[in-house]
Amino acid sequence: MNPSSSTTAEGVLPAHDAPDAHHDHHHPSYLVDGTTIKSWLLTVDHKRIALMFLVWILLFFLVGGIFAMLIRIELLTPGPTIMDAMTYNRMFTLHGMVMIFLFMIPAIPAVFGNFMLPLMLGAKDVAFPRLNLASFYIYLFGAGLALWGMINGGLDTGWTFYTPYSTHTTTTVAPVLFGAFIIGFSSIATGLNFIVTVHTMRAPGITWFKLPLFVWAIYATSCIQVLATPVIGLLLAIVTGEQFFQFGLFDPARGGDPVLFQHLFWFYSHPAVYIMVLPSFGVMSEVVATYSRKNVFGYRAVAYSSLGIAFVGFFVWGHHMFVSGQSTFDAGVFGVLTMLVGIFTAIKVFNWVGTVYKGAVDFKTPFAYFCGFLFFTVFGGMTGIAVATTSLDVHWHDTYFVVAHFHFIMVGATVMAFLASLHYWFPKMFGKTYHEGWGLVAAAFIILGFNATFIPQFLLGNYGMPRRYFEYPERYQALHVASTAGSSLLAFGFIIIAVYLTYSLAYGKASGKNPWRSKGYEWISESPPPTHNFVGPQPTFPEEPHLYVDPKKAEVPNAV
Amino acid sequence: MQSSAHTAGATPGVPRLAHHFASLEVQNHAARLGMWLFLSTEILLFAGLFVCYGCYRYLFPDAFAAASRHLDLTLGTVNTVVLITSSLTAALAVHYAKEGKSKLVAWMFILTIAMACAFLVIKGFEYSHKFHEGALPGRHYRMEAVQLPGAPLYFSIYFLATGLHAFHVIVGMSVLVWLTIKALREQNFGPNNYTAVELGSMYWHLVDLVWIFLFPLLYLI
Ligand code: HEM
Ligand SMILES: [Cu+2]
Repeated sequence: MNPSSSTTAEGVLPAHDAPDAHHDHHHPSYLVDGTTIKSWLLTVDHKRIALMFLVWILLFFLVGGIFAMLIRIELLTPGPTIMDAMTYNRMFTLHGMVMIFLFMIPAIPAVFGNFMLPLMLGAKDVAFPRLNLASFYIYLFGAGLALWGMINGGLDTGWTFYTPYSTHTTTTVAPVLFGAFIIGFSSIATGLNFIVTVHTMRAPGITWFKLPLFVWAIYATSCIQVLATPVIGLLLAIVTGEQFFQFGLFDPARGGDPVLFQHLFWFYSHPAVYIMVLPSFGVMSEVVATYSRKNVFGYRAVAYSSLGIAFVGFFVWGHHMFVSGQSTFDAGVFGVLTMLVGIFTAIKVFNWVGTVYKGAVDFKTPFAYFCGFLFFTVFGGMTGIAVATTSLDVHWHDTYFVVAHFHFIMVGATVMAFLASLHYWFPKMFGKTYHEGWGLVAAAFIILGFNATFIPQFLLGNYGMPRRYFEYPERYQALHVASTAGSSLLAFGFIIIAVYLTYSLAYGKASGKNPWRSKGYEWISESPPPTHNFVGPQPTFPEEPHLYVDPKKAEVPNAV
Repeated sequence: MQSSAHTAGATPGVPRLAHHFASLEVQNHAARLGMWLFLSTEILLFAGLFVCYGCYRYLFPDAFAAASRHLDLTLGTVNTVVLITSSLTAALAVHYAKEGKSKLVAWMFILTIAMACAFLVIKGFEYSHKFHEGALPGRHYRMEAVQLPGAPLYFSIYFLATGLHAFHVIVGMSVLVWLTIKALREQNFGPNNYTAVELGSMYWHLVDLVWIFLFPLLYLI
């Protein structure tokens, strides 16, 4: 091939922007285009907004993680260990709140979705850049309010805020709920922005079935965000009102119905678990294609199953209420509907495995997370089917079995995907490489640590250890100790990552444009990309993403 | 349809094309799609309240029927008429914006805002009457006339729903005030530049629509 040709793997770019062209000084990367504080704080560039989200999301992840460790330390011994019961209640509430609302819900969409979506669509930005910035500040403001409330008075209801307790507790519920309510607006704004972006800003040539699977996943997630979040917004507003005016809507003493609260709560919060997990499915489709050097097997099935999960996700909330006095018929219906989610997820899993099959696997750090992810998703999903079986759930409900189930699927999948994204797109975002060896070591710690933390919890739950208790009978201790030991491994893994990624930011080697020789669309632009993503006119996309000719040869024209 | 002019906004009647959109069509399409999505979130917000209403009406049918007879049907009806009329003037504003008659756009919005004020004033009278009677939500309920369990819940929902709606009226009014100022100052609405007016009116129609659901639920049945 002519070395000065302007044809990259998929995109056709103008000649001066050919992959091997010299760095163009008129088009600095988004990282250095403007260096004042103001140019960051008031930026409307989706990539800078993504980075600002990343900073805060990592910070909240750290906060949530510290509380997790305190909880695990408290549970080392049967009696009180390092705190009293009330502090413990506040601790797990704080942990759950921060992890769910401040980390897992925004993590992948707000950071990697924001950064990659326009690049993958060949667009210069998202549809509403200022709304994007607003969404960031709304998130920060809501987070600040919620954290302020938790420090001053501290909520002790658990992240589920079940009434009537949450309308009667003396701890500070209102600012925390109101904070969560505000964060909801940020979530809606981001989702709305992405939907409109996908609809209106695809570059010429990108038809719906040429969209990268990550885009499909983010699109499905955004639909849930837009459709489910208003309901919890209303609910949180009512509960805040209950505190101040005693409306009585959820208070049985005034004729209200606390079970109605649970219906409305889970009508959002069940779909919310897909807000957390669907983006990870999208990340994994990209990762598995890149490192197997094959297009994802059954592309359409994987794309549609995201929409399928988003859709049925709205009809399964009742599985959280099997023991709330629901009729046997309702429980049966909700149970069966819940199992449909398992089918859609299985479609994805089989297709990923089919992708790896006969691929030329390049076992890099993100691929290691893919392996961990596959295990957590299958195991967590299977236990999901198990708890969707009413008769079994009556035994497991509100025990550590459920805790282990949702950590496996929700935290396991999301954290694997978050770390995979961080490593996979690190060169794209910063133009630097990290040390592969340390990456694999950390991944080993994290995956093993995860298993060691949560597998004992399945057993604990099955033996009857209830969730949210701060003391327990002697006979559970061995498993609790195992779980705490596992969580230390996990924490250690995160420390390693923090160290080598920070080091790479400062001293990492330049990665070049496309270090993985991926054929994902986002690698067409520079790494790191210039401010408006592409130099010159909008690129066109004649090929599907990840169309590798022969996996074994692993030859891609736009290599480094 | 829209022009696909690529040049920026000095020409009257042509809005500025943001750098990241391919054409004005696309830009306007994006704005409209965004608004539709936003309106659907608003509807879902109220849908939650309707679900609450449905549940409690099912649990306390007598209390709800009795309590709803204590609302002022005349004032409610007048308010409904006022709001529907204001939706008409808002729609006319879009019509005039398309024809480039910015003055008339401003007038239509001024009428709309005036009716919105009237709506709020009437609502205020209703509220103060309720306060007076002791028809208050939840714990504060002390109306002698209806002493059925569930009546306090009716008024909880009444105040929640109408309060949330009134909040939307106020937000809508602010949007319309902004558009009125824009119409008077820039005077450059036209066949290619009426998206802002259209979106503002759409929001106003939503406010109207929600009331059209609230009115029968709270006052009539
Ligand atoms: C896709 C990712 C998933 C996430 C993030 C997730 C998350 C959660 C969470 C947070 C809970 C705890 C609720 C509580 O505090 O009461 C939970 C419970 C439950 N999940 Fe999942 N879940 C996922 C997938 C599934 C699947 C695939 C199924 C079934 C096929 C399932 C079935 C259930 C059931 C039945 C419960 C209720 C158990 C009980 O409360 O006793 N989940 N899940
Ligand atoms: Cu669920």
